[in-house]
Amino acid sequence: MKGSAYIKRYWQLYALLLLPIVYFLIFRYGPMYGVQIAFKDFNLFQGIAGSEWIGFDAFRQVFAMPDFYVTLRNTFMLNFLDLIVSFPAPILLAIMLFEMRSVWFKKISQTILYIPHFISWVIIGGIVYQLFGNQSGMINNLLMNMGLDPIPFLTEKNPWLLTYLFTGVWQSAGWGTILYLAALTGVNKELFEAAEVDGAGRLKRIWHITLPSIKPTIVTLLILNLGKMISIGFDRPYIIGNVAVREYSDVLSTFVYRVGLESGQYTLATVVGLFQAVVGLVFILGSNYISKKLTGDGIM
Amino acid sequence: MSERASNRMFEAFLIVCVFIFVMLCLAPFLHIIAISLSSNRAITSGEVTLFPIEFNWEAYSKVFSDVSMLRSLGFTIILTVATTLLCMVFSVAAAYPLTKGNLKGRRFFMYLIIITMFFSGGIIPEYLLIRDLHMINSVWSLILPGLISPFNLIILISFFNNIPPSLEESAEIDGSSHLHTLIKIVLPLSMPVLATLALFYAVGRWNGFQDSLMYINNPDLYPIQLKLYQMVQNNMVTELTQMEGSNRTALTPESLKAASVVFATVPILLVYPWLQKYFVSGVMLGAVKG
Repeated sequence: MKGSAYIKRYWQLYALLLLPIVYFLIFRYGPMYGVQIAFKDFNLFQGIAGSEWIGFDAFRQVFAMPDFYVTLRNTFMLNFLDLIVSFPAPILLAIMLFEMRSVWFKKISQTILYIPHFISWVIIGGIVYQLFGNQSGMINNLLMNMGLDPIPFLTEKNPWLLTYLFTGVWQSAGWGTILYLAALTGVNKELFEAAEVDGAGRLKRIWHITLPSIKPTIVTLLILNLGKMISIGFDRPYIIGNVAVREYSDVLSTFVYRVGLESGQYTLATVVGLFQAVVGLVFILGSNYISKKLTGDGIM
Repeated sequence: MSERASNRMFEAFLIVCVFIFVMLCLAPFLHIIAISLSSNRAITSGEVTLFPIEFNWEAYSKVFSDVSMLRSLGFTIILTVATTLLCMVFSVAAAYPLTKGNLKGRRFFMYLIIITMFFSGGIIPEYLLIRDLHMINSVWSLILPGLISPFNLIILISFFNNIPPSLEESAEIDGSSHLHTLIKIVLPLSMPVLATLALFYAVGRWNGFQDSLMYINNPDLYPIQLKLYQMVQNNMVTELTQMEGSNRTALTPESLKAASVVFATVPILLVYPWLQKYFVSGVMLGAVKG
């Protein structure tokens, strides 16, 4: 097609793309330009371009900070525990929902189980306080009524871990079933019928048909989750955590916020963010590669 | 035991197990609703679990007479609607051209977008960008940075790709322009995915917290989450000072906090059931594929 005819035919498509591309350049690539301050002695008055280059000085400084290692450890620890606790729940739940015959009960259950996914961490934080507070929380009230000692769910680090993990399961278990249920609806119904004719019991069928048919989904999601071990959202640890349990609740995302925006050490915080982004990239690409090798499925 | 009986036993077992899950899911909501409707006496003496005690609406009438709370709610509703509309327009505008295989530069644009899914500048450079654009304490700082989610964009592109090309081709032969085809043919066929993405963008904006914490310090522009957070924070501080033995006077009553939490949750619960039937298919489209 000749140039002018091509333009005549496609100009509308380019016009549509124009603003979105400008958006990506400014708001997604703009910050990448700012990453250079990891290598500069940044101050607000001289700006990004005007600040002086300092090479890897800031990296050395960050790698000498004890807090950096604490937050790095916590990030891995919270993510790993979360995976152990939160990963199996949707699988179990999806199998139960799939095996269930009662259609209306299943539908109502699903509607309710998805809701927590749409609730913000601020609201969950408010609810958590009401449930787990030391003096006035519902759980501790129940414990004390039974004559037991209250458990400091919010203010001591090990009980706090339980609180943190509980909120994760609570929020994600229902939503997580969607992918497994989707995989299960794709399974050939005849397989189940054949098993029934052969006299296989329900549990046998779950073990030999249901579970194997979601195995690829399980493996893929597990690997992809392992690839996200170093990335952690901000809201959950920031809101569920507090000063008393900082030894466990301070993670890379909250550390970046605290060092950068609360203390104004922009360069150091950018270094931490860059470290996290680069390691995260390696993890994700690595896990994606492994996932593709093993299951043929990946995110790319 | 006959097979039918054992099947029925198994079904009963499943129903009990799922019911427990569902109750665990609901109990925190029931508790917070119960608190919001109970008297302060009942709350502080620890009597309230899942049902209100000494039922009253007082906390809600206080929330509804709190001007700053209402303003925050109103602002957040407008913000959410505006953000969702803009996000949808931008996402559709980006997705449709990228489904045209013979568009020159398409691969380049795709890479430009996909790269941002794997690497980002991080929050400090983002903050500095917003600052340099003079958007601190401006609503635009809450709207523009998240205008297009690359993940949602990929979902949209794969949905558009699944529309039979013959439909668009026949329209083109009839002389329909790209824009016309998009609006008259593609979009009406894409309602499920559009509803799903609108829900995701809307929930994301409604629940958004970190950006407002970073960019907004003018109380007139506090989104509801930031406003609520300050109450929660207040709670945490109390919890901590209590350990040191100070008393708990001059605090926002628990019922008021609970009512505010319910107040901020209800809008989501009002929208969500209507979109539920769409988003399951939308999520599946975006899952582990692309």
